[in-house]
Amino acid sequence: MSTITWPILSVLMWLPIAGGVAMILLGDKGIALGRWVALITTAATFGISTLLWTNFDTTTAAMQFVEERTWIPLFNSYYALGVDGFAMPLIVLTAFITPLVVIAGWSVIDKRPAQYYAAFLILEGLMIGVFAALDALLFYVLWEAMLIPMFIIIGIWGGPRRVYATIKFFLYTFLGSVLMLVSLIYMYLQTCDAGQCSYAIADFQRLPLGLNEQLFIFVAFLAAFAVKVPMWPVHTWLPDAHVEAPTGGSVILAAIMLKMGGYGFLRFSLPITPDASDTLDWLVISLSLIGVVYIGFVALVQQDMKKLIAYSSIAHMGFVTLGSFLTFELMRVNSGDTTGAAMGIDGAMVQMISHGLISGAMFFCVGVLYDRVHSREISSYGGVVNTMPIFAAFMVLFGMANSGLPATSGFVGEFLVILASFRADFWYAFLAGLTLILGAAYTLWLVKRVVFGPVANHHVAELTDVNGRELLVLGVLAVAVLGLGLWPAPLLDVMRPTVENLVQQITVSKL
Amino acid sequence: MEAVVTNFGMQAAAAEIFLLTAICVILLVDVFLDDSKRWVTYGLTMLTLAGCAFVTVNYAVDARVTAFDGMFIADPMGDVLKLFTYGTVAVSLLYSREYLQRNGLFRGEYFILALVAMLGVMVMVSAGSLLTVYLGVELLSLSLYAMVAFDRDSGVAAESAMKYFVLGAISSGALLYGFSMLYGVAGTLQLDELAVGVREVGASNIGLIFGLAFVIVGIAFKFGAVPFHMWVPDVYHGAPTPVTLFIGSAPKIASFILAIRVLAEGLDAMVASWQNMLIAISIASMIIGNVVAIAQTNLKRMLAYSTISHVGFILLGILAGTNDGYRAAMFYTLTYVIMAVGSFGMILLLSREGFEGDQLEDFKGLARKSPWFAAIMMMLMFSTAGVPPFVGFWAKIAVLGAVVNVGLSWLAAVAVLLSVVGAFYYLRVIKLMYFDEPSDTYNIEAGGTIRAVLSANGVAVLALGIFPSVLLDLCARVLP
Repeated sequence: MSTITWPILSVLMWLPIAGGVAMILLGDKGIALGRWVALITTAATFGISTLLWTNFDTTTAAMQFVEERTWIPLFNSYYALGVDGFAMPLIVLTAFITPLVVIAGWSVIDKRPAQYYAAFLILEGLMIGVFAALDALLFYVLWEAMLIPMFIIIGIWGGPRRVYATIKFFLYTFLGSVLMLVSLIYMYLQTCDAGQCSYAIADFQRLPLGLNEQLFIFVAFLAAFAVKVPMWPVHTWLPDAHVEAPTGGSVILAAIMLKMGGYGFLRFSLPITPDASDTLDWLVISLSLIGVVYIGFVALVQQDMKKLIAYSSIAHMGFVTLGSFLTFELMRVNSGDTTGAAMGIDGAMVQMISHGLISGAMFFCVGVLYDRVHSREISSYGGVVNTMPIFAAFMVLFGMANSGLPATSGFVGEFLVILASFRADFWYAFLAGLTLILGAAYTLWLVKRVVFGPVANHHVAELTDVNGRELLVLGVLAVAVLGLGLWPAPLLDVMRPTVENLVQQITVSKL
Repeated sequence: MEAVVTNFGMQAAAAEIFLLTAICVILLVDVFLDDSKRWVTYGLTMLTLAGCAFVTVNYAVDARVTAFDGMFIADPMGDVLKLFTYGTVAVSLLYSREYLQRNGLFRGEYFILALVAMLGVMVMVSAGSLLTVYLGVELLSLSLYAMVAFDRDSGVAAESAMKYFVLGAISSGALLYGFSMLYGVAGTLQLDELAVGVREVGASNIGLIFGLAFVIVGIAFKFGAVPFHMWVPDVYHGAPTPVTLFIGSAPKIASFILAIRVLAEGLDAMVASWQNMLIAISIASMIIGNVVAIAQTNLKRMLAYSTISHVGFILLGILAGTNDGYRAAMFYTLTYVIMAVGSFGMILLLSREGFEGDQLEDFKGLARKSPWFAAIMMMLMFSTAGVPPFVGFWAKIAVLGAVVNVGLSWLAAVAVLLSVVGAFYYLRVIKLMYFDEPSDTYNIEAGGTIRAVLSANGVAVLALGIFPSVLLDLCARVLP
């Protein structure tokens, strides 16, 4: 049992939102104070989230820190929050990244700064809520509400094509999720037929469903989560959104919002529709492999740094979906034996956390350069190491991590997933393994063209190295990336019971 | 439902009687006022609305009561709808006052017409027989025609009033013709007897279905549903904005109750027939409404098409043919009214001397000029698009639940996909306000009342979105 008796999850969710509202009320005139409000709020949120980690019971798969309150009696919907081994690390990641975003925007954002911070704070609260929600209706409300601040962030503080990018982002994700809404309603009505109306995700997981029903629901979920992850071929919104978003927006998008798709697969698709997932796992696996390989090649030819990292995100997120859905193949190969089947999901989870750190770091690096030169074109740079040696060291480190070098967090997740695919099928492993080459190729080539070589032009010659603020952000991220790479055990321990429980859950057919 | 026949019809109809008396008084008083004293009429109108609310609350019923030999019904649902109507009319008049004064429309007749229209809504809400229904329809429609043409110097307004009148008269004719067919077959005009009569004759009776088709035409026209929607954009666009606001709000409650009284109560045995008709109408409304709205540059016109698509959603709830569905449709109607009043209120807020504020372009850069009202409009737009955490989302989910519950999941899927199409043009308004720079330097000149009420309206959209139970439970209580 946890020793925390106060509603920690509600605090984590509402504290940033309250901070955001305070920022709006303070307005741009009080921005000097406002920046500190934003920083203190997000830092406090992160501080509280570490309590979540330290008080987390790693021996159970049950939901912890549970809060429950009647919300909408007519729908039997509850304001129910709780975390398990999947949600907790993602919440901590969210709380970890957001203060960095605040620090990174400190003196860079001068256009309507109060609204900028408010949007990020509100977004943080909503994202934490998404991970903590135990009620499907609450989940959906937060899931959709999250689009609003992001829409605003890209639309106001984005690049030249921001309007196109942000509307595309909104409509794409909105389109993906509405079908999920219909299937949630459908399952709710099924629970009514079973006697007790409920929107609780746990009840959905227990709900008996026929194969056809499961297939429909699975496809609806796939539409929602595949867009979010994003999987090939519904990934096209992401490069646009990333390229146009301000640095902070890109970081949040890559580090956290994409994870919601992966989280959705683990929380909804696998346990609620295990038989449909089993039947259609080939579809997800092939889409993931296409994503990993094809998108890897696409990344190789990008001229724009942000676009390249965006494509690299899609390829890396392919590992998350691949790992999650390998479970069935593994069980088939081992004729129902569940030992070892968990490895894919382990890998997927580690990959999510690690990618959150690395992609965030990569976007921060681009942000550092962009703030100085105002260009995202790779060809505008060259020889940055000569003028920004400290920055270059970080960029090289994160580049290495992005290509999955051992001792960085990028290695752990990819390695686990590739190992799991070896057990499942040699060709899966072969294709997935290509990423080690492709990832190294596009990332290191990017680093080479930007960082190394002779000084390319007078812009690069005039560059000044990272200031204290940037050093702090990059340094903290570097520690996290190396820490997780060298010693991933704590993360794996936290997840273990939850992963095992999920594997048990999906081996039991609902038919 | 057991009908309790009582002889105290006066009490059941107390609010209507009070309103009619008040209308006569205001009409008389207004004659003796000169233009500088016109605020007396305005004040009396507001007092009348408050009085109506008092009377309705005072004579509220716990169960259905019929009066005047079954012609008139008082029931909890009716009480709630009436109270809501008073509120809507009051808010729309509050929003309109400055605009009316500025444009020389602040005349006694405007308020009289608004009150008579409201009386029509109330009569429809309480209708127990097809004749009473028709009486209410005409009271409402005739007042609205006159209100559209109220700015008599405006050619556009006159044209749209003419269109509205001609088409409205035809649809009233269709409705009446349908009623006469129903009477011919079932032998009664009273709704509860009609329900019995339909069962005796059999729901597949060709005469009844023939009559039903005309009734549906009438209802669809009053709702502004496709293919009887042609009047909506022209009237919304052509009428002075306060009138658009008026037409866009309270009469939607009337259309809803028209469908409930006639279809759900009178013709409930024929649900299989009208369900199919309404499915077609509803899908067509959602398609036309959402797609054509994208092409609009005038906000009033855009909102007109948006109304059409929302009507499609309200019809989804009604066509489910279950109490769940009616409740969802009622909830949807009430939320829609809250959002529509706010959206048109925004246009009135922006308008000033010689400037209507009804072009989409007029919203450019509003976030710079007035962050607060830009935020209000943003909430209204997201709510209308059905994005949580705003109340419009709950309206959608309630309706979708009702539709899925009767095995029409495909229809729910079609509806949500079309609502994604719809999201686009609401986003465009937000884009103009937030992402674009202002094209002029005028500031909002509106007075304190409209600012305060509109702020409350916008906050309500968010508050009801976070605590939807307040309104949902109310609907559930009156429509168990």
